[in-house]
Amino acid sequence: MSSVMYERMRVNPKFQELVARRGRFAWTLAAIVLIMFYGFVMVVAFAPESLGQPIAEGSRWTIGVVVELFMFIFFWALTAVYVRRANTEFDALSQEVVREAWKENK
Amino acid sequence: MRKIISALGLLSLSTLAVAAGDSLGPTEQQATNWHAITMFCLFVTMTMGITYWAASRTKSTSDFYTAGGGITGFQNGLAIAGDYMSAATLLGLTAMVYMQGYDGYIYMLCFFAGWPVILFLMAERLRNLGKFTFSDITAYRLDQGKVRTMAAISSLTVVCFYLIAQMVGAGQLIKLLFGLDYNVAIFAVGLLMMVYVTFGGMVATTWVQIIKAVMLLSGGTLVMFLAMSQFDFSFSKVMDQAMSVHKLGERLMHPGSLLADPITAISLGLGLMFGTAGLPHILMRFFTVTDAKEARKSVLYASGFVAYFFNVIFLMGLTGILIVGQNPEFFEGGTIGGKLVGGGNMVAMHLAKAVGGDMLLGFLAAVAFATILAVVSGLALAGASAISHDIYARVIKKGTASEASEIRVSKIATICLGFVAIILGIAFEKQNIAFMVGLAFGVAAAANFPVLILSMYWKGLTTRGALWGGYGGLVSAVLFVVFSKSVWVDVLGNAAPLFPYTQPALFAMPLAFLLAYIFSKSDSSVRAQSEKEAFGDQYVRAQTGYGASGAASH
Repeated sequence: MSSVMYERMRVNPKFQELVARRGRFAWTLAAIVLIMFYGFVMVVAFAPESLGQPIAEGSRWTIGVVVELFMFIFFWALTAVYVRRANTEFDALSQEVVREAWKENK
Repeated sequence: MRKIISALGLLSLSTLAVAAGDSLGPTEQQATNWHAITMFCLFVTMTMGITYWAASRTKSTSDFYTAGGGITGFQNGLAIAGDYMSAATLLGLTAMVYMQGYDGYIYMLCFFAGWPVILFLMAERLRNLGKFTFSDITAYRLDQGKVRTMAAISSLTVVCFYLIAQMVGAGQLIKLLFGLDYNVAIFAVGLLMMVYVTFGGMVATTWVQIIKAVMLLSGGTLVMFLAMSQFDFSFSKVMDQAMSVHKLGERLMHPGSLLADPITAISLGLGLMFGTAGLPHILMRFFTVTDAKEARKSVLYASGFVAYFFNVIFLMGLTGILIVGQNPEFFEGGTIGGKLVGGGNMVAMHLAKAVGGDMLLGFLAAVAFATILAVVSGLALAGASAISHDIYARVIKKGTASEASEIRVSKIATICLGFVAIILGIAFEKQNIAFMVGLAFGVAAAANFPVLILSMYWKGLTTRGALWGGYGGLVSAVLFVVFSKSVWVDVLGNAAPLFPYTQPALFAMPLAFLLAYIFSKSDSSVRAQSEKEAFGDQYVRAQTGYGASGAASH
């Protein structure tokens, strides 16, 4: 029974759309985080001196502190963006797919 | 049952009180202990009350393992943050910033960066596919018996290493902060944990986490706020003075010795990021919410709290350099720059005393104890569910066990794990356990994470591949750590390490993926064919949540 339901959902073009859209969005965000984070780790590993430089002459804020603080805030903002879109747009689409599969029962 | 709860509660309270009475003396240190003990007893009383209430609501296996799936996203977010931020976070990372400056901040970003990735790639599928443990997902279309056994073994390995770190930390900390005997402290933590988990299951464990997370966040914030007020809330001012007094000077804000070589830096980054995504007690929390929507919200709240608190800790460490590091009262013999009273990890505690007096010190000490207790409870529940849900109900009874017997087994397992934790805590008292948490993360990243992510994303994963990947990752991660400096030299006393790096993830994780890939690809059995075909249905369920186990119906 549930296998029949799953098959119906799978062939629904809306399911394909959901998977494609959500997948693209999630992987884009994940790629941003991974590239920035491992980019940062590479800088720590290969060019540590650059992180200790002040952002401006005489400032006590260093590039490393500012970059990290930015990443903390930015990564969290990305999670907020994803949750917002997934919980509204993607969930609505996904519910539609399930509903349409149910309808075929009747 | 209720009588037993209150009796045990009284017992633990009175042991604490008696032991505290023993150590009462004329010196100032003991006076502070009373604040800590009073506040800790308040915490215990409150959480015991919750456990009493939770016990009446814990009837089915779903109640016991996942609080009936009825925790909200916000509550779960707090609880995840509570599970994730152990006493090592508060004390160890503050001390790291105090000692190494910027290195501590880098470490914290590594701990944080895994969360967004977990949300984007895993949270939804975890919730849609899982029920009680993460093996529900890895074993979804594979051989239940073999894959669950493997997942349970690696879960228990992670839980045990993590437990050792927590228990030894608890003993040392409580000895120091409360003036209690090491063994008394270990027993208090072990017994209280058993009461929370066996009677209250996931409901009580979750609320213990939530209360503790709120205490930790508010305590840390208060200390940071009071400390920063001494510098007019100016980061530049703190940095200016810190650089002029710290022995690293201008280099305080340079990446330093901790991540001296590139391999260590990258391996640490990988291990912490993907280890988080493989910790059984964290993964389990995803099954306590109603649906994928709430699971996503949990990560949003949890990562927000974690990110915020890491920045609080950064400021605590930096202000500690000035407030604690310049005050002879906090050094043994009163010589600034010597050994800190109570050891290097006490910076956060000394800072609390310096800015808020005995009351704040007492509060923060109670928070640290509560933190350990909460993390230990979460670990025990994760370990117990691996034993009862995976091994007993699915492998031994092959799904025919009744709910009542499964719950009974998990309660027995919890009590056994409690005693294991007590024994390990006592056995490792004198050992250098600094590598334990790293080892737990390494095993989680190498044994749990690869198989879990492949089972969700790769159609081609077969039972054979999963077993090779899982066991390969587990064995290699453990061996890499055993042969590294932290065990081979520091614990076993050999002259030189066989493996030159301290972090296993960079080597063990790719190995696990490679093994899983090779042994899945070369698997041409009939069984493998049907496992690949079953991916289709699993995929639709993972994407839509149709067929996912829902919130409790009662």
